[in-house]
Amino acid sequence: MNGPTAPAAATGPQWGASGVTVVFGKGSAQVTALSEVSFPVPRGQVAAVVGGDGAGKTTLLRTLVSRVGPVSGTVSAPPQRQCAFMPTGASGVWVDLSVEENLNFVGAAYGLTGPDLEQRKARLLETADLAKARDRLAGRLSGGMRQKLAFCMAMLHEPDLLVLDEPSTGVDPVSRVDLWRLISHAAAQGAAVAMATTYLDEAERASTVLVLDDGHVLAQGTPSEVLAATPGVITTGTAPAGDPDLSWRRGRAVHSWHPGPARPGENALTPDMEDSVIAATLARHTTAGGVT
Amino acid sequence: MTSQTTSGSTSSQRPGAGAGPDLPLVEALDAVKKFGDFTAVDHVSLDVKPGEIVGLLGANGAGKTTLIKMLLGLSVPTSGAVAMFGQAPSRDTRRDLGYVPQGLGLWEDMTVKENTDFAAASFGKGKPLPASLEPSANRLVGEIGLGLQRQLAFHIALSHEPRILILDEPTSGVDPLSRARLWDAVHEQAESGTGVLVTTHYMQEAQQCDRLVLMSAGKKVTAGTEADIIGDTTACEVDTTDWAAAFDALDAAGLPVTLAGRTVRLADTPPQPIHQALDAAGITATIRQVPATLEEKMTSIDRAIRH
Repeated sequence: MNGPTAPAAATGPQWGASGVTVVFGKGSAQVTALSEVSFPVPRGQVAAVVGGDGAGKTTLLRTLVSRVGPVSGTVSAPPQRQCAFMPTGASGVWVDLSVEENLNFVGAAYGLTGPDLEQRKARLLETADLAKARDRLAGRLSGGMRQKLAFCMAMLHEPDLLVLDEPSTGVDPVSRVDLWRLISHAAAQGAAVAMATTYLDEAERASTVLVLDDGHVLAQGTPSEVLAATPGVITTGTAPAGDPDLSWRRGRAVHSWHPGPARPGENALTPDMEDSVIAATLARHTTAGGVT
Repeated sequence: MTSQTTSGSTSSQRPGAGAGPDLPLVEALDAVKKFGDFTAVDHVSLDVKPGEIVGLLGANGAGKTTLIKMLLGLSVPTSGAVAMFGQAPSRDTRRDLGYVPQGLGLWEDMTVKENTDFAAASFGKGKPLPASLEPSANRLVGEIGLGLQRQLAFHIALSHEPRILILDEPTSGVDPLSRARLWDAVHEQAESGTGVLVTTHYMQEAQQCDRLVLMSAGKKVTAGTEADIIGDTTACEVDTTDWAAAFDALDAAGLPVTLAGRTVRLADTPPQPIHQALDAAGITATIRQVPATLEEKMTSIDRAIRH
């Protein structure tokens, strides 16, 4: 076990992307999917990338595991055999194989056999709460269970770098807690974990967060650094304070973003990740030429 | 008139008879749905009144979709009753219903305008495309991004001015600003008197609702505001300089530990066993009791029911 002042998290090489730009297509159809994005993924930590559909999350993760080549910037990753990539929607699971057959297949691909394979399978299935479903066809699992199976398949060879594309999208809250526990376990054992999510409350539980918008970095750092770097001021009230395009609802309250300080009588609040990311998006779109 | 019913229904259980200003727009009363020996919905009552946003939460298999299908009139209760606008759900009641399914329910090989025209023809009324969708009017729906598709599904669901709006995971995969804009539209509808029923797995979406109904294993297990549901349930946060060592020690002790930033967190666990496990491993830590999250509370209720 590590001493209290030298966590496993800080030792060993650091993986990740540095100043990466990715372009798809040619000529007039050319699209810049990522623009000078850096994404450190230290060992023993969970690094989250968040953003909406089309923000560049999947491209960044695929860049980490050499499935997409950047036009500039560098990527540092362990050898392919020590990486694992779990695509979104558990699409790597074979639906007409049982839970155990799926794991055996992956085990065979990595040359795992005998007691070593059995021990790894047993431990993963137990932690994932899938032990009772080991003979069930993967196609007959619920969405949450199938995602957990996909995670077990990715973890079976104990990779150094674990890359997870939206492991929790569409997964119910109860399975999501199990999944987060599995992810925590992998990081505690020293894996570097990179994951994409659309859930900001999940991103708040990661060690670091990268917020992407349209291939650009909107915010980056530890969750508290991201919150501290929220641009301008956010106020709360019962109606928009100023331009309605710079306001949004949170339940029955209306939050408003101000590029400058709040005006007298306005009630400034301490933003959470949701408010902070909305403010950063508004700031970027305002600077980029009008709110969209 | 009463909705579908069978043996369990009596005249005293007639739901929403008048559908006046404060009467429920949609209501389930002791509704049961069985498939063979399996009870998917087990004596659930729920209503949505004008201007209310009600969130329906639960794990997969909790019975949410089956309940919604009954409310929509796509499935008939085995016993109990359901009503929409005080009547049995029917093609007629669907005229005043706006529904955004999780898969959005759009025709991907038709253009944006063809989709809206089709919906307008079906309902007998419609609205012009909003400015944000106008530039895409003649593009195939399958070729526009998910964000625009979602806006279109909302536009279609709202364009016949429904009295009740049913949304299934409405903002899955959407960036935070677009999500805020979709919720602005939902709140505006509620403020004009539309009732809204939302199913969601997303806790920040649940926080947009006026009240929540939580289902597990077919039953309604609790209901109320987020604060009502969480009550005085707490979790513990453990601050140490080496979270991984603390995680290993607490995990080895069989405690439900997860990572939270650079600390670890344990739902539904008092401080004492945490102290014991950390002391045994020689780890110095500060333990703070904090209010549980909605997700932690849901998980603990669900586990207690299933085990």
